[in-house]
Amino acid sequence: MKELIKELSEAYGPSGREEAVRKIIQGKLKPLADNMEVDSLGNLIVHKKGPGKRIMLAAHMDELGLMVTFIDKNGFLRFSNVGGISPHVLLGERVVFNNGTAGTIGCEKIDSMKDLNFKKLYIDIGASQKKEAEDKVRIGDTAVYQRNCLDLGGRIISKALDDRVGCAVLIQVLQEIESPANDLFFVFTVQEEVGVRGARTSAYRIKPDYGLAVDVTRTGDTPESETMSVALGKGPTIKVKDTLIISHPRVKKLMVDAAEKAGIPYQLEVLERGGTDSGAIHLSRGGVPSGVMSIPCRYIHTPSEMVDYQDVIHGVGLLKNILETPLE
Amino acid sequence: MLLKTLSESSGVSGGEKEVRQFISHQVRPHVENVETDILGNLIVRKKGKKEGPVLMVASHMDEVGMMVAGFEKSGLIKFFKVGGIDDRVLLSKVVQIGPNKVPGVIGAKAIHLQKPEERKKSIKVEDLCIDIGAGSRDEAEKRVRLGDYITFSTRYEEIGDNCAKGKALDNRVGCAVLIEILKREGYPYSFYGVFTVQEEVGMRGAGTAAYRIKPDLALAVEGTTAADVVEVKEEGHVTTLGKGPALTIMDASVIAHRGMVSFLMKLAEEKGIPYQIRRFTGAGTDAGRIALTRQGIPSAVVSVPCRYIHNPAGILNLKDVEYTVKLVEEFVKNLPEGGFDNEGID
Repeated sequence: MKELIKELSEAYGPSGREEAVRKIIQGKLKPLADNMEVDSLGNLIVHKKGPGKRIMLAAHMDELGLMVTFIDKNGFLRFSNVGGISPHVLLGERVVFNNGTAGTIGCEKIDSMKDLNFKKLYIDIGASQKKEAEDKVRIGDTAVYQRNCLDLGGRIISKALDDRVGCAVLIQVLQEIESPANDLFFVFTVQEEVGVRGARTSAYRIKPDYGLAVDVTRTGDTPESETMSVALGKGPTIKVKDTLIISHPRVKKLMVDAAEKAGIPYQLEVLERGGTDSGAIHLSRGGVPSGVMSIPCRYIHTPSEMVDYQDVIHGVGLLKNILETPLE
Repeated sequence: MLLKTLSESSGVSGGEKEVRQFISHQVRPHVENVETDILGNLIVRKKGKKEGPVLMVASHMDEVGMMVAGFEKSGLIKFFKVGGIDDRVLLSKVVQIGPNKVPGVIGAKAIHLQKPEERKKSIKVEDLCIDIGAGSRDEAEKRVRLGDYITFSTRYEEIGDNCAKGKALDNRVGCAVLIEILKREGYPYSFYGVFTVQEEVGMRGAGTAAYRIKPDLALAVEGTTAADVVEVKEEGHVTTLGKGPALTIMDASVIAHRGMVSFLMKLAEEKGIPYQIRRFTGAGTDAGRIALTRQGIPSAVVSVPCRYIHNPAGILNLKDVEYTVKLVEEFVKNLPEGGFDNEGID
């Protein structure tokens, strides 16, 4: 599964430009899907037929990015953020555009790090004048972090593990699942990072009986970190609450029951700030009982997000167990 | 002088009646059907040669303004803001209140009476009052009612080099563009023009109108920020007056549909219409709400650059307006029969 995570996380796919990621997933799931469609916003909806309730599983394809807003006479690019990026992680960072154009981030002279904001930063793609830059990049083009996926043995570092690791889990589950006890819709959503947009419209389309997002969550296991009772290597989490959702008690219980029955380690998660696709799904139409399974992840939204491979494997196991149990 | 009447009409969010009536009167002879929905959106159906992909073109009618919040014993009027207005621009402005357009002035102490430190501070809206020349609370209440809308009293005029100044150019210029589109003929497919309400307080009308119409695609026509003014570095200009309509790639509410944006750019280039990309990802438009309606609706935004929006007076370039009409007209006339999907996007 590491190969799959590597391939997905290294692909280019900022919010609104998820085509490359979608293509990879389409290629892998085509032989396994009963039906596959791309909706008007770009969500990939993969239907795996089964008896019973309609379950929508969501993992988002999009990652953070930097959108070019201005090209100056010397060929430097000004940008604004697509999704929640801190300007501090950008210093010295390399980025790459869809057409392969790479660049590094530079900063104007500032007296204090407190003065650092996006307006002080620019992308240098090595062009010496405006025309040269414009041959490679247009206003509105979006760059992503240029980072490879590294296998550290037990743990993995890459950009965009949020939420390509979730996409990988869904793909793996679909590949491994033998007899789905429910009617399954695997949805690879768009534009999560800018406001859980794709999940909202795809949930409306699917009319699920249950919703389950698979995403990453932050941890509290690093030096002097903010308090949070989630750690790497202790299993996938079952969400209780975040900013956008209070998980439905029935969904939470069936997740906990599935984990305990199968002897899969899990952690309960309360995320004080942040949300996932389930935030949109559970409010669709007349309401959809929903929950979230998260893979614990350090350094979220930085170029180097870290997950524990065993958490991913256990995540696949937990999800399979849930989907093979008939839901009422 | 469509834009003059539109700009000078009162239509703060939730109180769009005067604008709606004028637009309804303007478009009725040229369209198949006109109706007003529950929130007050004006929904207009324009007949084409045949039925095709259902397009919704949206322009919001409302403007930012104020509302009467209470009365002082002296007859001065307390008020609050509706939509995003900078407190600093309120001072000493001439306004008009309610359906009878009662004139008033947002008052403040004269400079002689201010202490030196007072002169350095801007006055918050809570500390401002409107003076309508009433001698007492009773007198004021005879002319103005609690909850009455208040607008700046700015005259529209054409000035300078093909420019115009006026209030509420965001988004009466969009309304003017859409009215012009609805008056023209020769469209291949029937489509909807929707003049929406309550955009400035959260894109509210657009959502319900899109839910009702169920369009296959949508185009919002807007007046957007042009910050090509003193003290703003070139990279912060957002849009530039006189460089044609602005196309949005992304703002805080929407990522415009890639296929639609590419199509608009190609169309502009083919037809020789100048255009610019909006160089900013903040703020929102009706497209944000429309795009997420029901199963999702491919949406894009075309804007006329306007300086000093949300202020008592803004300035736009009339050539930009003309080119915006042209671009929207060409878009409606050249709509691909199959609409736009997400396959085959570059």
